[in-house]
This record gives sequence, C-alpha cells and structure tokens, in this order.
Amino acid sequence: MKTRSNLERVLEAGQFAVTGELGPPQSADSQVIRRKAKILGGHVDAVNVTDGQTAVVRMASWAASLIGKEEGLDHIVQMTCRDRNRIALQMDVLGIAALGINNILCLTGDHQKFGNHPMARGVYDVDSIQLVNIVRDMRDEKKFQCGDEMAVEPCLFIGAAANPFADPFEFRVTRLAKKIAAGADFIQTQIIYNVDKFAEWMEGVRDRGLHERVKILAGVAPIKSVGAARYMKARVPGMDVPDSVIARLQGVPKDQVSREGIKLCVDIISQVREIEGVAGIHLMAIEWEEVVPEIVGAAGLLPRPSPLT
Amino acid sequence: MLAVQIKAEQEIAPLISSKKLFIFECLGCRDVYYPVEEAEQFIAGLKEGVVGKASLDYLCHREFTHEYIKAYASEIEKAQVILVFSCGVGAQVVSSLLEDKIVYTCCDTLYLNGFQGLTVQEFDCDQCGECYLNYTGGLCPIARCSKHLLNGPCGGSQDGKCEVDPDIPCVWQQIVDRLAKLGQLDTLERLGTAKNWNVSPVS
Repeated sequence: MKTRSNLERVLEAGQFAVTGELGPPQSADSQVIRRKAKILGGHVDAVNVTDGQTAVVRMASWAASLIGKEEGLDHIVQMTCRDRNRIALQMDVLGIAALGINNILCLTGDHQKFGNHPMARGVYDVDSIQLVNIVRDMRDEKKFQCGDEMAVEPCLFIGAAANPFADPFEFRVTRLAKKIAAGADFIQTQIIYNVDKFAEWMEGVRDRGLHERVKILAGVAPIKSVGAARYMKARVPGMDVPDSVIARLQGVPKDQVSREGIKLCVDIISQVREIEGVAGIHLMAIEWEEVVPEIVGAAGLLPRPSPLT
Repeated sequence: MLAVQIKAEQEIAPLISSKKLFIFECLGCRDVYYPVEEAEQFIAGLKEGVVGKASLDYLCHREFTHEYIKAYASEIEKAQVILVFSCGVGAQVVSSLLEDKIVYTCCDTLYLNGFQGLTVQEFDCDQCGECYLNYTGGLCPIARCSKHLLNGPCGGSQDGKCEVDPDIPCVWQQIVDRLAKLGQLDTLERLGTAKNWNVSPVS
C-alpha cells in the first residue's frame, strides 16, 4: 500500500471496486454535500468530488471533500489544470494530503468556454499527464516540480482519466500508456454506452499488458430520459451513445424511461465486469445520487468492504 | 533582441544521426537578429550529411518558399530530413510544403513582435522559446491547441475537430495523421514534460 486510501486497499485486495461521484453545489451550502454523502456512504469505496465540472463555478473540490469526509467517505479530489498553474496545483496537493484526503484524480479540465465564465482566461500551464507526473514525484521522490525537496511528502493514490471513445481511436491506448508511465495508479474512464468499442480498447490495453500496471475503473452512468441520451450523443464532446441505446429507452412507456435507464446501467456494469482487466466501475449518477444504492445492489456489488477508519 | 536561438546540438543530434540532410536557412529577420555565426558553426558541424542548402529571406512567405523548394527539388528529393534555421513560422511553412518529408527546426523562437505580420500566412508562433515542432510533425500545439497540450489529443477530439468549436481543427489529430504519414507514430509515446515558460522574453 502506497497510501491510506480505501480505494487502493479494495483494489489491492483484488476486489471489484466501486467509486461514485459527488458534484459540489453552486453555492456555499454544505448541507447539499452532507445529503449526497449520506446516500453514497456504504455503497461505494470512494467518491470523486468534481473540480468545477463543465467549467461552472462550484464549491472547491477539496473543501467539499472535507465536508464529505466528515460523513465518513474516502474522497478522490479531482484537480484540473484549467484554473491553476503548477505553483497553485502543488500547494493544493500538499493541502489535501495534510487534510487527510487519500486520492487525487488529475485532469486537464473542461475548457472554460463551456462554463458560466467563458470570458475567463484558461491556465493550462501543465496538462493532466504532467500533473500525474508532478504528484508522483512529490509522493515518491519528495520533490517539487522545480526539483526542490520537501520534508513530508503527500501520500496520495494517483488517478487519471481515459476516454476510449475520442479520436483518433488508435492513439487512445498510447495515451493510457503515457498516463501510466507518468505515474497513474488508477484510471477512471469516460462513461461507457458503446460496450463493444470499450471492449476493443481494452483488447489494445491488454495487448500491451497495461491492465497489469494500472487499475482500470469503467465509467458508467444511468440515463434519465431520451432527451438526455440524445443530448449526450449530439452535444457532449467525447461521448459515444449508440442508436441502440436511444432505441431501448424509446421502446418503453414514457413514465418508465428512467427505470429503463437504471436497468441499462446495471446491464452495462455486468457486461464490462466480464471484460478482462476491468478492476471496478466508476458510477457517475450526477444529480441523481439517490439511485446509486439501487444500481450497486442490482449489479450484485453489495455489501462493500467496510472502509478503513 | 534575439529573434531565435540555435538549439543545443545534443537536442538535434539524435534526430538526424546518419541521415541525409537538406538545410533551409532564413535570413529575413537577421537584423533583429538571427545568430548567423552560431548557425554557420552548427551547419559546419553536420559535415558530410548535408546534400544541399538554401539561404533565403522570409521563409514565412509561403509562395516564395515554394519557389525555392521547386528550384532545389533534386537535392530535397535526396534528403531524408529537412533542417530549418528560422522562427517557428518558417519551420511550419516548410513542413506544410513538404508533407512527405521529416522537417526539424534547429531553432527556438524567442521574439517575433512586429514581424509575424510581415507576410500573410496561416501559421502562428507563440515565441515560447522552447520549440516543440520536432516532436509534433511540424505542427504547433502551443499555438494551435485550445489547451496548449504537449501530450494531446485530449478526450475532446472528435472527427478531427476541437471540442471547443467545430470550426477549429484538432491540431493533435493533424499531428497524429502527419506522424503516421512519416512513419513516426512512436513519437507519440514520448512524455512531454512540464514546459519551461521562463525562456521567452514575451510570455
């Protein structure tokens, strides 16, 4: 064990891991986080807290994680390179580790153009792969990016994202390899609706033996409505929603679409679980946290191993 | 103010070892200035690998450079690698005109203020002082990727377009295509480490 991360412990034990996701509020309301944390607690091994997802101003990931931690969750602080240069990023890495956060997910970040402050200046001093590398050197070498040494290193389980559905497809395995070389311990993928394409990517991953060097959590998410599916297909960059998914949701009466969306999610979980090299799932039920216990239960993934205290 | 500086020999040497070389040297901005002597020393050190050399003013001028490429066609044909001594714009122009050739720049661009608009052109150089074109098939991710990624393409590249705007081509898709064409896809495995932004006097 490199860290005190519950997620690392579950993965190292060879158990099929489940991570969830919590989006902080667009306000200073701590109760929103406590309410979501209570729903997720006991049903997942760790919970990602997003860092200004879609470039919308929300409560800071580290702050929301601290509140969720009080509710007993092991958090994965998401950290994007959009808003902070390497000086600020490293300061936050030290801070979250000192506050008892055990996991970090290093992301480049959604472009500021998509958010509620499109007039903002993006930073992108470093990218996600470089951030992984920086955090790994801080933890394992006790060194800052500039080479200076530190007395107490941040013990963080280091994650990165992978999108098997973006172009060019042939490069997607290479990009994963780079993230592993940079120091990623675990990977969470883009939401999977096209299981065949994900399986093809995993084949490329296994061909290079990458699944033995990193823990891969397959991203899944329930769809609430036909409109949401269509929106993701047409509008969300890097999302692959096959027509068959939309047809399946259209094939049930309107008042049952969300139920079908939950069933579809459970089906996808059981399909990706069969793929060699998949070490767990990352369940993203954003603003629909209440269905997480049902999905995890229906997928046969309860009870979760009791968390580290 | 130095417009460009010559890259360290050890950065270029592994890229060109035992290759036949053709050299483009741009003297257009020599007054602001171009380190002529250093460049000549560097070129002299290449010795027998050089099959030809063209010195011209304003390599950034596409049509003009195209004429030179035609004039030196037979030497260029013989060369496996084209070496460019110019700012980042000139290197990108040459690279775009010689799509089947490996084009490397031997310069880091520091300062182009007032010169970039000298001729109308489709390429930009951010004068970042640490030219990355040798690892990206001659296409600049600093100037043309919306997130200035050195390890792209990101997860938002789809159908050759940048996620930020359908009118913006994904330069990293273009880089992958170019490297594939040149048989250099292994270059994509290279880890682009955190960049030194402290080199350029303008950033």
